[in-house]
Amino acid sequence: MPYAIEMKHIRKEFPGIIANDDINLQVEEGEIHALFGENGAGKSTLMNVLFGLYQPDEGEIYVHGKKVRIADPNDANRLGIGMVHQHFMLVEKFTVAENIILGREPTIHGRLDMTKAVKIVSDLSEKYGLDVDPMKKVEDITVGMQQRVEILKTLYRGSDILIFDEPTAVLTPLEIKELIDIMKRLVKEGKSIILITHKLKEIFEACDRCTVIRRGKIIGTIGIGETNPSDLADMMVGRKVNVRINNAPYEPKEKVLEIRDLTVLDSRKVKAVNQLNLTVHGGEIMGIAGVDGNGQTELVEAIAGLRKVKEGAIEINGNDVTNHKTRKIIEAGLGYIPEDRQKHGLVLDFSIGENMVLQTYYKKPYAFAGVLNNKVISKKAKQLIHEYDVRTPGEKTLARSLSGGNQQKVIVAREVDRSPQLLVAAQPTRGLDIGAIEFIHGKLLEEKEKGKAVLLVSFELDEILHLSDRIAVIFEGRIIDIVNPKETNENELGLLMAGRKKEEAQA
Amino acid sequence: MSILEVLAIIVPSTLLTAAPLIFTALGGVFSERSGVVNIGLEGLMSVGAFTAAIATLFLEHAGFGNASPWIAILIAAVAGAIFSLIHAVVSITFRADQTVSGVALNFLAAGLTIFLVKLIYNGNGQTPYIAHNINKISVPVLSNIPIIGPIFFQQVTYTSYLAIFVSFVVWYIIFKTSFGLRLRSVGEHPAAADTLGINVTRMRYIGVMLSGFFGGIGGAVYLVTITANYNVSTIAGQGFLALAAMVFGKWHPIGAMGASLFFGFAQALSITSQQIPYIDRLPSVVMMVAPYVLTLIVLTGFVGRAEPPKADGIPYIKGQR
Ligand SMILES: Nc1ncnc2c1ncn2[C@@H]1O[C@H](COP(=O)(O)OP(=O)(O)OP(=O)(O)O)[C@@H](O)[C@H]1O
Ligand SMILES: [Mg+2]
Repeated sequence: MPYAIEMKHIRKEFPGIIANDDINLQVEEGEIHALFGENGAGKSTLMNVLFGLYQPDEGEIYVHGKKVRIADPNDANRLGIGMVHQHFMLVEKFTVAENIILGREPTIHGRLDMTKAVKIVSDLSEKYGLDVDPMKKVEDITVGMQQRVEILKTLYRGSDILIFDEPTAVLTPLEIKELIDIMKRLVKEGKSIILITHKLKEIFEACDRCTVIRRGKIIGTIGIGETNPSDLADMMVGRKVNVRINNAPYEPKEKVLEIRDLTVLDSRKVKAVNQLNLTVHGGEIMGIAGVDGNGQTELVEAIAGLRKVKEGAIEINGNDVTNHKTRKIIEAGLGYIPEDRQKHGLVLDFSIGENMVLQTYYKKPYAFAGVLNNKVISKKAKQLIHEYDVRTPGEKTLARSLSGGNQQKVIVAREVDRSPQLLVAAQPTRGLDIGAIEFIHGKLLEEKEKGKAVLLVSFELDEILHLSDRIAVIFEGRIIDIVNPKETNENELGLLMAGRKKEEAQA
Repeated sequence: MSILEVLAIIVPSTLLTAAPLIFTALGGVFSERSGVVNIGLEGLMSVGAFTAAIATLFLEHAGFGNASPWIAILIAAVAGAIFSLIHAVVSITFRADQTVSGVALNFLAAGLTIFLVKLIYNGNGQTPYIAHNINKISVPVLSNIPIIGPIFFQQVTYTSYLAIFVSFVVWYIIFKTSFGLRLRSVGEHPAAADTLGINVTRMRYIGVMLSGFFGGIGGAVYLVTITANYNVSTIAGQGFLALAAMVFGKWHPIGAMGASLFFGFAQALSITSQQIPYIDRLPSVVMMVAPYVLTLIVLTGFVGRAEPPKADGIPYIKGQR
């Protein structure tokens, strides 16, 4: 039987970097095939070639055994190839239904038939268990729901070969489980899936085979039954990796962050954070665990001065910073790794170097009398690129052209390097490969050991459990419990996050 | 003079001056909704007005009589669409800066039309006057309705009603049809549209050419209802006013219409001030600057922050992430 997809000798070069170098990939009909590799290895590039967004410099593509030329996404759609992109391709001003039907709209005599569109979307969403609200604008829905919209877009087009480029990076554990179920169902219906992920657990739960890429080259393809997680990880990174655990003694110092009776509204003017109280000390990592949409995003944005505080107060190092300008708050000692790296973390059309000094560019030594000192900035950027292993031709490269994980590394490097009194890290390892996660975890622990306060928001319960000194469970905008990670487990946390009381959860 | 009589002077005059602005602003909406900034509306109006003058004169001569200005408007629309191709090619295909390209369009239109006028009329700087204007009329039946009749249906031209009607048609096209959805998607997030098989370049070409089409109509309507001949100063700022109306109307067809009506009102006030008691005692300078002052006040005070389409003004480069 011919392969669903066969890519032969694919080569794709970008200025200063060979993203794909003689790549061969074979995907069997009806399998879930994992693409596994470091940040910047060339996974997204390869998939963009398959989807017609990039033209390869060399190589051939076969779909169901037939040689094809994929000049643009239209060709890909026609061949039944659908793609869920790493960075969402959604029109924020449009509703969910509009985004899904765009390009293939149901119409009556040219008039959009939105009633039908909404029905199609609801039916699809029910059939595959992908919960979305068809009438809501995309800008008002959670990242998780945006992801589901992306998946529905491909399903609506009836694609039988689906590419998922890191779909789980932005999902909560529960949503990931659901997605894996959905993928399995899709495969049963005769679809073939290529899944890019950095999470071994998912590969072993969902996939049949796995292809490993490193620095643009194929390392090998292996059946999941013939390997184990730690071997696969070593194969990808090319060395041994180990999991970092917070085992430094817990010696909290003075209060760094104090939040009192905080109330914050979300974009629909509903109370997302409701009378919340929280204190974080120097020398501790405070983990925030919660199901997506319980106010984490708004809490973090309020601390960073990106969202208005309705009631209550936020103090950093004893200084009231409630509703202060972000620069003031940063000068009061905040470091901030935002959840949405492209919207809040980077200026995509600035170089890496410029992005690395976004908070400090106006100060010595980066500027003197209002004039930037590019030499110093370059030097700093080079040092951080090296230290954080950002895969790029150089510090002059635009942030836009970096791979997703490397964009994340730039932000983390910038924030952690300043060693702020308070580091607020929202999903800091989102989209990072195993090696990079290990490194970032080490950095967060170092900050703690230096006596800094770290507020860690993450959907990865592993991450929360391994790194935190205390875990605050957030539910419907309030901290409903604070637990000791050494005395709890994923199950208990899961129940608390669902709003159960501790006694119930332990019973 | 009663309030009613004052309104019967100002409202028809408002409708008259607003019509060209409405058409042109609608053109702007099409272009910018597709993601192409169009400063060139002024130039498009010039081309429209020039074409309308020449075409009407020719048609009159050929014996088309009262139909001449109407046919001329259509010809001007086509001329506008063709002229706007320059902007499309430069800013979409060659991805040049859209503001610069639009400004170039304005200079080109001003120079070219006057050059052609001189060429055709042996060095004369202006065209002869057209004989068949689109005249002010009283709408049968409706104009006899008490109160409403004299205000809205006497001393008006059909082009004003047409402009208002077309605004609703454009609203329908942009917000209720699949074409409109695609056009807006290209102006908001071209990469997303591209992955769904929508041809970004083609949609943007259509957007720009529609702006030429409507800009041409705007200029033509101005000529056949108001000035009746074409010279250097025929189109002097109306295109920019239409551009402002589009922004003021938040890139929304009905908003653009409303804003155009408001600008029309401000102009009508200064034109008709001599006929209105109390106001006629104000120095004429005051009345001349009044429209602009009024506009500034409203723009700064009453309209919230207007948000353009997200990808407005940004050339689309395939494969750039
Ligand atoms: N459009 C582009 N212009 C310039 N360089 C690019 C472009 N696209 C990708 N690259 C470069 O090609 C390399 C591979 O990037 P790619 O996005 O394929 O990595 P990836 O394996 O998907 O990584 P991640 O896991 O971080 O998403 C990177 O070094 C990236 O900077
Ligand atoms: Mg990628």
